[in-house]
This record gives sequence, C-alpha cells and structure tokens, in this order.
Amino acid sequence: MAEPAVKLHVQDISLSFGGIRALSGVEFKVRTGEIFTVIGPNGAGKTSLINSINGFYHPQQGHILFDGQDITALPAYRRAALGVSRTFQNIALYTNMTTLDNLMAARHIHMKANLLTGALFYGRARREEVAHRRVVEAIIDFLEMEAIRKSIVGTLSYGLRKRVELGRALALEPSLLLLDEPMAGMNVEEKEDMARFILDIHERQGMTILLIEHDMGLVMDISQRVMALDFGRKIAEGTPDEIKHDERVIKAYLGQEG
Amino acid sequence: MSANIRPSGVFDVRYEQDISLNRTRGDKLLSSGLFLLLLLLPLLTVQGPFGVNLLPQLWIGTIIRIAIFAIAVQGLNILIGYTGQISLGHAAFMAVGAYSSAIFVRELGMSFWVALPLAAVFTGVVGLIFGLPSLRVKGFYLAMASLAAQFIIPWLLRYPLEPLTNGSRPLEVPVPALFGISFAHENAMYYIIIPLAVFMMLAARNIIRTRVGRAFISIRDNDLAAELLGINVFAYKLQAFFLSALYAGVAGALMAFESNSISRDSFLLDRSVELLAMLVIGGAGYPLGPLFGVGFVNLLTQNVIPSLIPPLNDVLPRLLPFINPVNIFAALSPLLFGLALVIFLIAAPRGLAHRWEIFKISWKIRPYAN
Repeated sequence: MAEPAVKLHVQDISLSFGGIRALSGVEFKVRTGEIFTVIGPNGAGKTSLINSINGFYHPQQGHILFDGQDITALPAYRRAALGVSRTFQNIALYTNMTTLDNLMAARHIHMKANLLTGALFYGRARREEVAHRRVVEAIIDFLEMEAIRKSIVGTLSYGLRKRVELGRALALEPSLLLLDEPMAGMNVEEKEDMARFILDIHERQGMTILLIEHDMGLVMDISQRVMALDFGRKIAEGTPDEIKHDERVIKAYLGQEG
Repeated sequence: MSANIRPSGVFDVRYEQDISLNRTRGDKLLSSGLFLLLLLLPLLTVQGPFGVNLLPQLWIGTIIRIAIFAIAVQGLNILIGYTGQISLGHAAFMAVGAYSSAIFVRELGMSFWVALPLAAVFTGVVGLIFGLPSLRVKGFYLAMASLAAQFIIPWLLRYPLEPLTNGSRPLEVPVPALFGISFAHENAMYYIIIPLAVFMMLAARNIIRTRVGRAFISIRDNDLAAELLGINVFAYKLQAFFLSALYAGVAGALMAFESNSISRDSFLLDRSVELLAMLVIGGAGYPLGPLFGVGFVNLLTQNVIPSLIPPLNDVLPRLLPFINPVNIFAALSPLLFGLALVIFLIAAPRGLAHRWEIFKISWKIRPYAN
C-alpha cells in the first residue's frame, strides 16, 4: 500500500522566548486526510506549536513544509491563503459582528472586491456577495447555526461561540485545519456535538486536522495518530493504542513511581 | 437607505434582498422620495428661481454645512469606528483637501471638476503616509503619533508653503463653473454638495458591507485573528487611512469652494476634536452615526446654546461677581458644549445611531414584544 501524501512536515523546529525554550527540535509529519492529535501536560508547547505552523510565531530553527512547499518565512496571512486555518484556545472571534459576518469575513481570501468595486456594490461585487453568502449558508446549515445567524457573537454562549469559531475556520476552505482545544470548558453534550462535527468534517470533506485536546477518552476515540509533547520536546508518536501504553507518556502525565 | 424601518412580518426571501439597502418597495419609495425632497429644498427659498418664501434661506446654508461635515466625520468613522485606529489629525487632512484643491485651480488653472477628485486622492495619499506608524503602534500611542499630522501640516501651510497658501491670511478660492453656469450662489453649490454627500455616504456604507469593510472590522475586533485568517492587516490599515483622509479631503475642498475663501485657522486641533466629538455623539461604527452626530452638534451649537446664553448671562454675573462678565460670556459656549458631551457619554455612550438601531429592532418585533 502506498504511503499517503504528507500534508504538513514540521522539520526540527525550535522556538524560544528569551531564555525560555518553548519547543526544541520537534519533528513530525501529518498525512493528508488524517486526524493527528497533539497531547501533553500544560505548558508542554502545544499551542506554541500551532502558532508556529500558523505563522504567529517564527521559530528560530527548523523548517515547516506545507504540501511540500517551505512556508517557514511566509507571514501568517499568506499561509492562510495557502489553506491553513485554525481556531483558538481562548476564543478570538470578531466580537461585534454577527455570526454571518464572522464567516463572511473569513471568505476574504476567496473574494475579489476592492475599495472601488465595493463602494459601487453593483454587478460583479453584488454577485460575489451572493455567491459567497451561499457557501457560508451551507456551513451555517452544517453546523446547525441557523438560529444565531444574525446574532452578535459577543452575546452568544461559550459553546456556541466555539462553534462559530469552527465555522469561521471552515469558511476559509482550508486544506489543513488546526484546532486548539476545541472542546475545552464544554459540558458532555457540547463535547459530543463538537466531536461529531469534527468527525463529519473529516469524513465528508477528507479534511486534514491537527488537533490539540486534553480529554484523553475523546482523543483516543477520534484520532488516527497521536503525538505527545513534554517540556517542548516530542516524547512519543504513534497510534492511540501505542500512546496509551507508552511509558514516557504515562510518566509525563502521572509522574514517576517512587 | 439603512434608515428605513420595517414593520413586523415583512421578511426577506432571497439573499439579494437580504443584502440590499432597500429591501422592500416601500423602502425604495421612501429613500428616493427623501432624496428628491432634499433636492427640491433650494427651489422653495426666497432666493430660489420662483422667489417663494416657503423655506428660510438660512436652512440651505445649514444643510450644506451638515453635508460637508457629515462627509468629514464619515471619514473619521471609517478609521476610528470601523477599523479601530485612532486619529487626532483629521482636521489637518481637511486642510490638505481645501488647500490642494484651491492651489490646483489657482496655480495650475485646473477646473474645479478635475481639482476636486485630484485633491481627494492627494489627501488620501497624505493620510496614508501619516498612517504608516500604525504598523508598529496601537491605541493611545497611535493617537499621539497622529497628532504629528495635526501640527506638521498647518505648520507647512503657514511657513514653507506661504507663497502658495498666503500663510496665515485667508486664501481666496475661485467660483466653480460648468458650461458657463456659475456656482457662486449657495443654492447652486447645494446641487454639487448634496448629491456628492449622498453618494459618499452610500459608498462608505457599501464598502463597509463588502470584503474590504469586513477586513476593517476584523482588524478592529481582533487584529491577531484577522492576520491568521488571511487578512493583510497592515495593508488594510493603510487603506483605511487612505479612505479616511480622502473623505476629509473632499469635505475640505467642498468647504473651500463653498465659502470661496479658506483660512488655516479653521483646521486646527480644536476642529479635529470637534469632529471626534461629533462622531462619538452620533455613534462610532454605525453608518448613520456621522449624520446624527453632525446634525445634533449643529443643532446644539447653532440653536440650543445661543438661546441658553442670554438668560444665563443675566444670572451668572450676579452669582460670580469676582469674574469679569465678558469672560463668562466667552466661556459659556464651549462650557455648555462640553457639558452636553459629558451627558452624552454617560447617558448614551454608543451614540444616537445605536438608539436608532434599538428603535428599528423594537419596531420590527412590535406588537409581539417590547
């Protein structure tokens, strides 16, 4: 069986802030169409890793290849245009916009209107608005957000805001989706909803997903492969079963028996 | 326009309808009716073609002034209300528009119709240059950096450019003409300024509800997320500065050609602060905010405060015998204006336009909820 294509190849990246090393020599590959989960105790460097892939941080060492292209030096907005999209651990929505506008704002890279054509709002600019509205409405439909379409997102509940954020990340039509703790702080029903959405996105669209999650039961259920980080270093990588029985992972989470 | 209100039970059935400004036939009639009414007003004045005295001539000047300031404040609204970048140098950009258009006509012999758009774009470019610090600084620090424009530009106009600008003395501006028709009378200028103001308000509204405007608002609400979701934040900040200054430039040029004379003193820091106050009172981040703000401030400074001053002038010198009565009189107008502003910031911090939005929503769900 042929090895599936590599979507993302993180090559030996190191990131430090002053004297603190957030990541040291992390190396891994995410294959096209898989759910790849990163786990690790608090402060292990998981979010720093996503921020580096996404272009918010620039690692001092190493390279990041996306679809075989070196994107290490690209600014964040260019990476988004190539198809890297994300959600945030602490929700980072456009608070004063409606759900609809939040999603439409994420269509930015696919739209063409500029100051002049937008000002006239006639002909192509108008048709473009309608065409992209259809795409966004499909996502609203998929994530069951019809009722909050025109609500200002700042007024929504935490669980719904997380869902709008997922919708916004999807509206970018990415080929790699980075999800930073999409289920943090949710109750069981909300978690199950979110897990169902993630699996649906993965199965229906064949989306490649890089996930950070703390809920081990859930991680083991939905991921194809798991990588564990501790103190900025990779300590293990493998299938959920391998990770579950890996001694270093158990040690990182539970500490060593005396 | 978005001013239109709808009763309960009227729904949008297509996306085209949902995104258009006039969503129903009634909306369309109301908007075009209001616009036509606005265009008819000069015909009803005593100096109009029919010489009927149905409307005080004073009103025409007032509407023109409101329209000009509404354009300027809409520019500020784009920058502050929508993009979240603070500028305290807006009056300086009005000066650039006023002086550059006047100089294009006086020195280069251009017609008003060429000079106006050229001056607008020129002011936009000047605004873009003063927007460069926004790459590095935000919030209060950007406000301080923007003050640079407010001091450098009037200084340039006063000293180095004196041969062109007449320095601190007023500069005379020629009267615009088209096919032999002179626009010397304010009733004639009305027909240049009002359609242009309506067009610029609509253009701003359209920019805000399409791609570029959503990028502006994204930057205001969360600039980090905007960058990570594909928006070139710096490029769009600069576009906001360009557009904002362009609006100020048009307003300044219209002011110059309306009064046929410009003076550096009408574009100093107090004017910038006044524009900011108008935006805050009207409602920053709402398309109609500038219009409400300019209208309200105009009412306040031209009608309410002057009518309050004589009675206060009778009472105050007796209450404060240790102050020279002449000083009290001079201080009353800014004092009352400041008081009104403070009351506004406490009672309606999001401005008049926000109240209007609330009214529209309650009208739409009436009588099913309150």
